Amino acid sequence: MEFSINHPILYVIAGVIIAAVLAQSFFFLFRAMKRAKELGMDGGIIKKTITSSAIFTIAPAVSILVGVVILSKQLGVALPWLRLSVVGSLSYETVASQTTIDQLNLPAGQALNNDSDYVTDLWVMTVGIAIGLLLVPLCAKRIQKGLKKMEKKDSRWGEIFNNAMFLGMISAFLGYVFCDVSTIFSGDTSGLIPVCVMAVSAILMLVCGLISQKCKIRWITDYALPISLIGGMAAAIPITGWLA
Amino acid sequence: MKKTNKQPMSYLDGTHYWGRVWGLSLFALILLFPIAICLIFNVLPQWNALFKGLLAILPMYWAVGIVEMFTYVPMLGAGGAYLSFVTGNISNLKLPCALDAMERANVKPSQEEGEIISTISIAVSSIVTTVIIILGVILIVPLTPLLEAPILTPAFDMILPALFGGLAVVFISKNAKLSIAPIILMLALFIFVPALNASTVGIMVPVGVVFTVAVARILYNRGKL
Repeated sequence: MEFSINHPILYVIAGVIIAAVLAQSFFFLFRAMKRAKELGMDGGIIKKTITSSAIFTIAPAVSILVGVVILSKQLGVALPWLRLSVVGSLSYETVASQTTIDQLNLPAGQALNNDSDYVTDLWVMTVGIAIGLLLVPLCAKRIQKGLKKMEKKDSRWGEIFNNAMFLGMISAFLGYVFCDVSTIFSGDTSGLIPVCVMAVSAILMLVCGLISQKCKIRWITDYALPISLIGGMAAAIPITGWLA
Repeated sequence: MKKTNKQPMSYLDGTHYWGRVWGLSLFALILLFPIAICLIFNVLPQWNALFKGLLAILPMYWAVGIVEMFTYVPMLGAGGAYLSFVTGNISNLKLPCALDAMERANVKPSQEEGEIISTISIAVSSIVTTVIIILGVILIVPLTPLLEAPILTPAFDMILPALFGGLAVVFISKNAKLSIAPIILMLALFIFVPALNASTVGIMVPVGVVFTVAVARILYNRGKL
C-alpha cells in the first residue's frame, strides 16, 4: 500500500481511537449523573454544570482546532486530529514533532511524505507523552487515598491544601502573562499585550460578579468565566493592533 | 450454598476501577496507532532519529508528566483525572473548566459531590472539544482561511491570559492572604529569568503548587489562615 500523510486508513484508525475516547467520556458522564441523582443533588446545578462547561469549552476548542490546521501542513490531518483530540496539546506536539524533524535532517515546514519519516515522528510523539497515560491508572488511587487520610486527620488543613494547590497553579500562569514585560525597556510594548488581555478578562469577571450581586441577575455567574474568556480574547485583537 | 460477603463497590472505588480499565485499555489502543501504521505500510522508523528524538524530549516530558500527575490528580478528583489524562489539554481547558464548575457548585474535589461535578464538567468539555474538532476536520478546507485569518490570530494567541485573568479574580479574592507570596515569586521568576516563557509554564505549575502549599502550611501553623 502506498503511503500518504492523508491516506484514508490513517483517518479510520484515528477515528476508532477517538470514538473509544469519546465512549469513555460518555461512560463517566452518565455514571456521575446517575450518582448525582442517587445522592439527591440539585438537578439545576447539574444542568448548569453541563451547559456552562459546554459553552466555556467552545473558544479553547476552536483554538485547538487552529492547532490541528497548523500541524496538518507537515503531518497531514489525521495525526494532528488524533493527537489534539487525545492526550496531547499544541505546545507538546509541536516541540516533539519538530525535534524529530530536526533529527531527520528535513527542512522546516516540509510535509512528512516519506513513510519512514512519518512513523519515526509518530513514535516520538506517542512515547513522549505516554507516561501520564500509564501512571495515572496505576497511581491515582494511592494519591487520592493519601489526600483522604490527610483530610480525615485535619479537615481545615485539607481545605487550605486544596486552595493552595489551585492558587499555585494560577500564580504560575499569572507569572507567565508577565514574562515579556521587560521588553518595554527596549521600546517594544508587545510584552504588555498579555497583561492587558488578562486585565480585561479580570475586569469582565468583576463586572459579572457586580451585576450578579447588585442587579440580582444570578444566571450571569454561571457564564462569567466564558464571558471573561471570550471578552479577553476579543479584546486581544485591538490591543495587539495598538501595542504590537 | 457458599455465602459471599462481597461488599458493593462505593462510587469512588468504582471510579478507580473503571478509570483503570478505561485508562489502560486506551493506553494500549493509543500505542496501537504507530504499530498499526508500521504493519499496514510495512515500514520501520529510522532508529537513529527515533532514539535521538526520544533522548531529546523524554527526560523533560516524562519528568513533567510525573510531576503533573501528583499536581493535577488532587485538583481534578479521580474521575476528572482519569478523563483528563486521556483527553489532554489539562491546564488550558479541563482544569479551569472543572475548577469553575466546582467553585460555582460550592463543592471541593475531595467531596463526593465535588468528584461528581468535576467528572461531569470534564466529560462534557471532552465531548464538546472532540465534536468541534471532528466538525473542523470535516470542514477543514473551507475553515482554514477563517481559522488562519490574521485578524483572529491575536485572539487565539492570547487564550491563556484571557482564561487565567478571570479565574484569578475568583480564587485570589477568596484567598487573598495566601495569594501574595506565590504571585510575587512567580512574577519575579517570569520577569527576571529569560528562560521562563510560554513553553516552560507547564514546568512552573508544580513549582508554584509546592511553594504555595509550603507557604500555606507555615501560615496555618502560625494561626494566620
